[in-house]
Amino acid sequence: MTENTAVQPAAPEEAPLETPVVKSAHPAVALLKDASFWALLTFALMTPVAGFKTVARGGRYVFENHMDVVIGFTILVFVGRILLNLTIWRKPKTATARAAAGTVFDSPAAVQIKKLVRPVLVLLALSYPFLTVWLSGGLVTGRYWVDLGILVMTYVLLGWGLNIVVGLAGLLDLGYVAFYAVGAYSFALLTMNFGLSFWMCLPIAGVLAALFGVMLGFPVLRLRGDYLAIVTLAFGEIIRLVLINWREFTGGASGINQIPRPSFFGLEFVNGPGGFADFFGLAFSPVHRLIFFYYVILALAFIVLVVTIRLRRLPIGRAWEALREDEIACRSLGISVVNTKLTAFALGAMFGGFAGTVFAARQGYISPSDFTFLQSAFIVAIVVLGGLGSNLGVVFSSLVLVGGIEMLRNLGFIREIFGPGFDPVQYRMLIFGLVMVIIMVWKPRGLISSRTPTVFLKERKTVTSDMISEGHG
Amino acid sequence: MEYFLQQLINGVALGSIYGLIAIGYTMVYGIIGMINFAHGDIFMISTMISLVVLVALFSIGVTSAPVVLLLILIAAVILTALYGWTVERMAYRPLRGSFRLAPLISAIGMSIVLQNYAQNAQGADKKAFTQLIPGGIEFFKDAQFSVWLQYSQIALFVTTVVVLAIFTFVVTRTPLGRAQRACEQDIKMAALLGINVDRTISLTFVMGASLAAVAGLMHLLYYGSTDFYAGFVVGIKAFTAAVLGGIGSLPGAVLGGLTIGLIETFFAGYVSVDYKDVAAFSILSIVLIFLPTGILGRPEVEKV
Repeated sequence: MTENTAVQPAAPEEAPLETPVVKSAHPAVALLKDASFWALLTFALMTPVAGFKTVARGGRYVFENHMDVVIGFTILVFVGRILLNLTIWRKPKTATARAAAGTVFDSPAAVQIKKLVRPVLVLLALSYPFLTVWLSGGLVTGRYWVDLGILVMTYVLLGWGLNIVVGLAGLLDLGYVAFYAVGAYSFALLTMNFGLSFWMCLPIAGVLAALFGVMLGFPVLRLRGDYLAIVTLAFGEIIRLVLINWREFTGGASGINQIPRPSFFGLEFVNGPGGFADFFGLAFSPVHRLIFFYYVILALAFIVLVVTIRLRRLPIGRAWEALREDEIACRSLGISVVNTKLTAFALGAMFGGFAGTVFAARQGYISPSDFTFLQSAFIVAIVVLGGLGSNLGVVFSSLVLVGGIEMLRNLGFIREIFGPGFDPVQYRMLIFGLVMVIIMVWKPRGLISSRTPTVFLKERKTVTSDMISEGHG
Repeated sequence: MEYFLQQLINGVALGSIYGLIAIGYTMVYGIIGMINFAHGDIFMISTMISLVVLVALFSIGVTSAPVVLLLILIAAVILTALYGWTVERMAYRPLRGSFRLAPLISAIGMSIVLQNYAQNAQGADKKAFTQLIPGGIEFFKDAQFSVWLQYSQIALFVTTVVVLAIFTFVVTRTPLGRAQRACEQDIKMAALLGINVDRTISLTFVMGASLAAVAGLMHLLYYGSTDFYAGFVVGIKAFTAAVLGGIGSLPGAVLGGLTIGLIETFFAGYVSVDYKDVAAFSILSIVLIFLPTGILGRPEVEKV
């Protein structure tokens, strides 16, 4: 608001006669001043917390000196600040100026490439396990990559599920992990206590999760925006605390172990006659099961995707988006806010339940520590950073956040710079949090910040998501 | 009866801590309408700073409890305020005027950053804090049970009252407080009338962080331990307190803090320790659903 008023040129007759206050005599001095200020601030902030690590030794605390880290960061901030000021931050700073400037994604060549993105991604997703096994040279070495693929696909599935609630209906849900937990625990408990198969449990877990979605949705119908976010967060935490403390039912904090693995249409993934490998005449490998899981979750993800795309064009999908844009207008036009919100919660929760079931079956053990608030924040981050409501954005941000952070494990050269004691994995959540802040500051609308409305007057066109309201719940 | 009285004392002590933190939430929400999700972690950072300063003072041979406490308080308040200012400057100010979810997401990111920063810098172990104010007053003594009012609890009550008095004075009687109240009513109008909105908001974060630092030291004195994860649950409960009292209202935040502290203590004392957090979260949900304006809040008018 204040920025806009500031860029308005003043009328000439009102221009002040005296020279304006010059902030600094020379740009280089200003640059150094700015960099020194931030470097000093970094030093002051980090010295008491990061400079001296308290280590318990012999019944009292002694300091372990880490001032080298502090000084390193101070220098990094000093140099980084100068470099950033000279390069990236010279661009126009207001949002309107940025929008007018356009991006490389608007050039004709980019438009052509954009058309190819979706089919290429689908092909890649379909051939991924075989591609990685082939590229890495065998099932044993390919295992890591297939595992990573399952992890990324799980988050894509969760992201697409949450996208219905947050992106389409505009209801910020910070407790989405609760439905993931409901799905996982339903599968684990049903299959352990009643011997139901994975394929029987999948729909049951989905329905149970949807019921929980309605259970959450019903009381929060009247809430909007931040309040809704906090109540959903509380809901997620309540579910987790109940899972920890209801020991007879859920196994408490240690969780549930040895959940039976699903079979491939009756063929178990075991070594020996009658197993999957034996039936198809292959050499036995535990990676077969992982590849099977990959395709199960990929199929589920595609179902979710198709359902979402189709629903957007149905009355209910349009009602969701209308609700996000303006709840009062929706009510006055006779849209049932109760039904609209509850279906969004229920569907989103159901997809979360599916993801939970696959997760439990894949892991073989679950515990409440798999379903913390951090997980919810992670899924919300995937949806928001990808661009609210954009399915493609969810894919990209899952690749960046899940795949990218996982890649940190492989960065051997960092260890060579900082010495053998340095483990990049330790810092992955730190980096993840920073990425969240940086993407928000840099692109508040997410990585993919354009939408294609399903209702249009004459021609279908893409609009910038600045035109889209985020909903107040 | 003795048990009840003991729970009452403990509940008020806990509630004072929540109240001090809740003020940080309520002021920020009142002015820029965002939940400062990282506020609980600012509180946690302040406990870490207090611990480091304590160890530093002990190692140079300063052991007199009042001197140590005063020095820790000063250092923690200044440094934590600096953290509050930096968080606002880096993660929230660039997003002012952006869409509503952006600052919330950025705040969650900041909360994760602070938690992992503390974990990496100070280690994941639970840090114990020397008991600086040992002992207490014992009264209502009988065969089974005696009620204790610890000296640290007295210190906690006194500090809370003094800090709140200073704070109320700043908000009601100084130009800064007037600017804050103006921004709370209408940010655009305040800017048009020549109030430096950015500075006012920064100072609000600084004030909130200072109060969190006081709460952090009190928490350490009272409970004697902290870890990198301590900020999350305390932060959520303090936010509950702010909402319960009526968001935007300062007396409401303290009242809400005391209520939450009492409810939590009594629930733990009479019903179940395991489910005390469930009780706190349930209260949060119930209050938000049935009493969204809180005890002392103003009803929000829905504008088209």
